[in-house]
Amino acid sequence: MTSTPTTVCRLRVNGDVRECAVTANSTLLEALRYGLGLTGSKQGCDKGDCGACTVVADGVAVLACISLVLAYHDGPAITTIEGVAARGAPHPLQDAFDRTGAAQCGFCTPGILMSAWALLAREKQPSRETIARALSGNLCRCTGYTKIFEAVELAAAELRAGEASRASAAPAPSAVTGTRGTGS
Amino acid sequence: MTRGGPRVPDDRMMPSDERLRPPQWEEGRSGPPHGVFSVIGKRNRKVEGLAKVTGRAIYTDDITLPRMLHGKLLRSLHPHARIRSIDVSEALARPGVHAVITGKDLPEYFGIIPWTQDEQALCEEKARYVGDAIAAVAADTELLAEEALRRIRVDYEPLPAVMDIETALAHPEWKVNEKAKDGNVSKHVLLEFGDVEGELAGGDEVVECEYWYEGSTHTPIEPHCCVADFDATGFLTVYSSTQVAHYLHRDLAKVLGLPTQRIRVIQPVVGGAFGGKSEPFSLEFCAAKLSMQTGRPVKILYTREEVFYAHRGRHPMRMRYRTGIRRDGTLTGVDARIHIDGGAYSSFGLVTTYYSGQLLTAPYRMGAYRFDSTRVFTNKPCCGPKRGHGSVQPRFAFECQLDKLAERIGMDPIEVRRKNFIGENTHTVNGMRVTSNGFLECLEAVERESDWKRKFRRLPYGRGIGVAGSMYISGTNYCIYPNEMPQSGVQLKLDRSGRATVFCGASDIGQGSDSVLASIVAEELGLGLGDIRVVAADTDLTPVDLGSYSSRETFMVGNACLDAARKLRLQVQEALAERWGCRPAEVTLAGGEAVCARDPQKHTMSVQEAFQVAEARHGTLGSVGWYQSPKLGGDYRGGTIGASPAYSFTAHAVECACDPETGFVAVERVWIAHDCGRALNPVTVEGQMEGSAYMGLAEALLEEQVFKPAAPHHGAGLHHGPSLLDYRIPTALDVGDMRSLIVESVDPEGPYGAKEAGEGPLHPSVPALANAIYDALGIRCDRLPFSPPRVLRQLREAGARAQWERARDQIATAAGASESARRGPTPAC
Repeated sequence: MTSTPTTVCRLRVNGDVRECAVTANSTLLEALRYGLGLTGSKQGCDKGDCGACTVVADGVAVLACISLVLAYHDGPAITTIEGVAARGAPHPLQDAFDRTGAAQCGFCTPGILMSAWALLAREKQPSRETIARALSGNLCRCTGYTKIFEAVELAAAELRAGEASRASAAPAPSAVTGTRGTGS
Repeated sequence: MTRGGPRVPDDRMMPSDERLRPPQWEEGRSGPPHGVFSVIGKRNRKVEGLAKVTGRAIYTDDITLPRMLHGKLLRSLHPHARIRSIDVSEALARPGVHAVITGKDLPEYFGIIPWTQDEQALCEEKARYVGDAIAAVAADTELLAEEALRRIRVDYEPLPAVMDIETALAHPEWKVNEKAKDGNVSKHVLLEFGDVEGELAGGDEVVECEYWYEGSTHTPIEPHCCVADFDATGFLTVYSSTQVAHYLHRDLAKVLGLPTQRIRVIQPVVGGAFGGKSEPFSLEFCAAKLSMQTGRPVKILYTREEVFYAHRGRHPMRMRYRTGIRRDGTLTGVDARIHIDGGAYSSFGLVTTYYSGQLLTAPYRMGAYRFDSTRVFTNKPCCGPKRGHGSVQPRFAFECQLDKLAERIGMDPIEVRRKNFIGENTHTVNGMRVTSNGFLECLEAVERESDWKRKFRRLPYGRGIGVAGSMYISGTNYCIYPNEMPQSGVQLKLDRSGRATVFCGASDIGQGSDSVLASIVAEELGLGLGDIRVVAADTDLTPVDLGSYSSRETFMVGNACLDAARKLRLQVQEALAERWGCRPAEVTLAGGEAVCARDPQKHTMSVQEAFQVAEARHGTLGSVGWYQSPKLGGDYRGGTIGASPAYSFTAHAVECACDPETGFVAVERVWIAHDCGRALNPVTVEGQMEGSAYMGLAEALLEEQVFKPAAPHHGAGLHHGPSLLDYRIPTALDVGDMRSLIVESVDPEGPYGAKEAGEGPLHPSVPALANAIYDALGIRCDRLPFSPPRVLRQLREAGARAQWERARDQIATAAGASESARRGPTPAC
């Protein structure tokens, strides 16, 4: 049997440092899903067309199915859908998706949430067009996107309100937005 | 009166008069159990929602079992070829390869419709389309399995490929499917209701046009996936991304030769289906067989390309309609001649062929109706049921016909639809019973919200508005295989902890059937949604529900669940009434509290305590409920096909902006009014309405599931672009503003009055857009998709602009002036 040489890849994922065996051509998605058991990121096309595999690396949404995993060895901090909820409580964005019915079958949802999460980390009050642009690499086949737009807008508003109330409670100018940034 | 098609046994599906009926409740089914709804009708979260948004929901490909192997399928490169021989020895000898199977290992035929079982898991004698499965390999990894596939030697003898309807009919000797009785005809239905020619002759205007509806495919974002695990006791467990666990269970037993009680089918969370997972596929049989041969679990995950070839999507249809109208707006005769391109196998094709005619007969009354539908086999991936199965295509044609007829007589198209409204509690021309019907309210809603009167024929050149209506079934009144057992069963367990568990075979594919079950239990027993666990679609644990197709889940599962929950509620009420010395009806269970209405201060306790009182009185608490629809349909062969216990109704108005320079059409706004009986949860109903309109408009503008004809540089039958980049489904940047307008007609037989919402709202979007484009540019889009080249080509034909101006003048002067209508030139086709 011709065995493909494997190597150990060390990834910074959701605040943990994890190791797994990979080959030179393993993708980040394969390592996350099958190496580390983080099955929240989905494979819809395996060629970068649908966005279901989107994760965030150093604040940037990336397609894990067309990213070579070794590029992330000891590299940027990766956040997957499993790392968005803090201490078990859903993030306002996740909560908004649930309340507005933005997740139907839910298969595209992790990828869409990660794109939206990266967007809200850099823009506090995105217009609907900005949201649509940020999500244009994520295909959803159930919702027609309407409820997804509503969810992102709702989450943005709640994050702003949360920030305002925290600012008034403890007037620290560096108050975080409520999204746990990956690089900033 | 009625003339049936050829008498063939496949139409004998009449259910008996004495079929099982669930209990009838004195208070009916449509009202709240305690005066006012506390869960139903609220904008609740879905029960599985948080699992989905936090990445915890487990889909089939998320399952990895110890020692699991990976399977891959070898697929035909020829559209039509005899298989002379297959040599798997080299593949089998490769390291890491554990088993290779071919058609000889799985010779049994299967098929979703018992009368047209014409498929094998792996082709034994012949490949019938590019992508037809020939052999399967199980290996340590996907990569090794794929490498092994390349070592399988297949000796093909290419045969003439039948790539379209015309060739299929012209060359019956090039037989695609040997199970066909007559050449390449898969199914033929001719039904006539009333005197069509007489009606047409008695009217004032007749429009005759031909339409082409292009094929499209479901494209769920989750590809098909299956994990099969045959254990040492000879028991097979199959996890599959299916929407019909029950039918898969039966077909697995048939093909594998195992008793059904030695097979368990589990449907994990499904990542979208839309009809594309509503029958068994090669991967389920092959994963199971490979697991049986190796004694290890086997996973098969289709690539995106394979999903396009697995297909079972919208049938391409060529439709010729003759439709008549009287000057007062009354529809006279409707005559339809339809040819359906079915692909290589039957799938649901028998039903598709009936549906292409049977589901057109509401919401409008018609004087007489005839349809003559023929489905043919071609050497392409098999078509099947896609959201709005069989009736989306004729609905497109017919609603465009209505628009043309309205113009002929100078009447507003909404007015024509209103004029021919069939009404409530009536029968259609083909004998379908219609009960609740909110179509007029739907029309009014889109007319009002779209500001129709100020826009129709009054928008500037390049902008337009159009309208269309439709109806759809809430489940069919018979099972796919004839039997007298319930169509849906529910088991309910009440625990002294205050928790309820509901078991049901229902298939949640994202539409929210798990939440329907939980909401009904919560409403009846006074529980919070979080206190209910739903165990669904696991053939070992759940009573049979036939699955998620024909828009049957809310109506049928809901009714079965209502039945089970009410039985338990009565037990609890009875026990408390005894204790409190009141009548059972005076005991209410709501919001976590049990209260005696006679003395609410004194007699109150938590529902948890109430369950304990009931358990002490009646013993362990549990109940079963079921639903079986009444006998319905016309008294003729095929008369039950299309019969449903309730019909939903929809109207759309679509406003579009068209660029006359490029032919590009943009949908700016859609008003979707849908009569869903009662919205059990408005959020999920709106989600279905928006998702339906989105999918319909995508078919209208972008999508084409088409295959290459034979050419010197390539063989016939290759998909034009089997990827999510080339097959263009709309992105977040491609959708217009969608407004959902829920109409509630409160159906007397639906659970709390509910009807379907998942498929009906797709239908009108396509014709409403076609009619809007006519309003914008003066061209009739009778062929899908309305792509820029096609629109531009029509615009360049002489007289398009003049036609647009004539149409505007007509409506400007029409208001009552029938004279101008008579002058109206309007060459319709």
